[in-house]
Amino acid sequence: MIKNTAAQMSASLAKGEITSVELTKLHLDRIADVDPKVKAFLHVDGESALNQAAAVDADRASGKKLGPLAGIPLALKDVLAQQGVPTTAGSKILQGWKPPYDSTVVAKLKAAGVVILGKTNMDEFAMGSSTENSGYGPTFNPWDLTRTPGGSSGGSAAAVSAFEAPLAIGSDTGGSIRQPAALTGIVGVRPTYGAVSRYGLIAYSSSLDQAGPFGRTVLDTAMLHEVIAGHDPRDATSINAPVPAVVAAAKSGDVKGLKIGVIKQLQGDGYQSGVQARFNESLEILASLGAEIVQVDCPSFEYALAAYYLIAPSECSSNLARFDAMRYGLRTGESDGASAESVMNSTREAGFGREVKRRIILGTYALSSGYYDAYYGSAQKIRTLIIEDYKKAFTQADVLVSPTSPITAFKIGEKSEDPIAMYLADVATIPVNLAGICGMSLPAGLAEEDNLPVGFQIMAPAMQDQRLYQVGAALEAALVSKWGGHLISKAPALGGAK
Amino acid sequence: MSSLSRDEVAKLAALARIEMSEAELVNLSSQFGSILDAVARVQELNLEGVKATSHPQPMENIFREDVVQPSLTPDQALSGAPAQEEQRFRVPQILGEAE
Repeated sequence: MIKNTAAQMSASLAKGEITSVELTKLHLDRIADVDPKVKAFLHVDGESALNQAAAVDADRASGKKLGPLAGIPLALKDVLAQQGVPTTAGSKILQGWKPPYDSTVVAKLKAAGVVILGKTNMDEFAMGSSTENSGYGPTFNPWDLTRTPGGSSGGSAAAVSAFEAPLAIGSDTGGSIRQPAALTGIVGVRPTYGAVSRYGLIAYSSSLDQAGPFGRTVLDTAMLHEVIAGHDPRDATSINAPVPAVVAAAKSGDVKGLKIGVIKQLQGDGYQSGVQARFNESLEILASLGAEIVQVDCPSFEYALAAYYLIAPSECSSNLARFDAMRYGLRTGESDGASAESVMNSTREAGFGREVKRRIILGTYALSSGYYDAYYGSAQKIRTLIIEDYKKAFTQADVLVSPTSPITAFKIGEKSEDPIAMYLADVATIPVNLAGICGMSLPAGLAEEDNLPVGFQIMAPAMQDQRLYQVGAALEAALVSKWGGHLISKAPALGGAK
Repeated sequence: MSSLSRDEVAKLAALARIEMSEAELVNLSSQFGSILDAVARVQELNLEGVKATSHPQPMENIFREDVVQPSLTPDQALSGAPAQEEQRFRVPQILGEAE
């Protein structure tokens, strides 16, 4: 049962073949079984999950009309506030903090009857591409426990990949949903900026952050997308427009006559040969399904990584100023007569990890007088050029595609001492964030050289998220029929699978 | 090759209110050159006349009716406070009385 898709679980629940309590117990057993190895979760609350499940079962028994995901378990990235449940964003500075309110994403999950199993590990404040920057230790890739699951939503991706949950929520500031989805062989979507409310999403870089869904199939991911998206007056940047029909698109999956643009700048040098091979194979499949493949040129993408590593640190140096040891979170250095400022300095030193400090310092530098124009100012102009490149490319194609990550899952420790090498992991995902558009990663197969999953990235214009699911579903159906099953069924058992 | 000295890092750390150890200052200073080189690529293009984008969406002020909305109770708002007193956040000394 735990290896089924969320859509299958939903059907089983509706038919009464299983209860949500039973389904939740199976997942809690699986977590107890494999999470000591995978370490996807920072906090599991089995009792609360079973209570949520029992409530859904009672509603179902009483004949109440339920949404399709009612009673389905989910793993929640620890960056989203959940009332009364420890929420740390992977940081020691928030250890033990229990939010007094629900984020809008959590409120929507609860309203839909989704059962929240617990909070998943992440790079501290979502800063990283491997989940090694967590203040609570790394998460391990279920495909190979010596490797990272990617990041920053590595815990959520690993939980879904290891069958600890059929669905998960992540957040994507520079690729933090799509890159871990690629590295763990699952589907992940970063919705259009403003499509999912940021209320209660602990901020890293406010103009780039966006929460989104993970699933093992395109349809499952669409079902979760539909639950969490929608206008929210509590987020001033939330888009006041109907949610794109993503579930319908995931069910249609027709690409006949669609123009698919291959971005010249997001392939070639630096892309692993097995990644490129699986990407090209997927393109051939899409062409055979009736799509027209065109080449598009986005010259300013060469500068996207540099612009991102100025914009995101600049915004984070401002956003993380709120962790001041005064209102919530850690407080250290409070000796007799210690000033508020010295307590603040000492708390931030003790509470923030290495990468967070690095980015705060870089952002402070980029925003300081004398350097502002040369760094932050130039980065904002590059951002304009990237938006213009996308605009032009979307006049030539309905969707754009690239490999999600230039490389497959890398070893734990391999890049942790080299920030620049780590930053390169996001080279193909960052342009989407800078432009505020939407993107999906779905499994394209295994790289021949290392037998690890490769992700195929699809990008669509703002609020055209349904196109991701339309193309993703068509490609997925063709690949699944070629492989004789979903890629995830090839993942190692990790022992104890039922 | 860009660089940032140990003292420059120390100044930035002070501005960012982080009391860094000597080892951290030296380490960050040694890494900063290559990080600055990587991000300095934004200066390679001629950007004259290009508009700056601070946000991916056209933004405008959003107003709501000025009526009371449900909000946190004082107990909820103070629930995560490191210290509190009489329904207020208790903070260390903020004025220089000790000096």
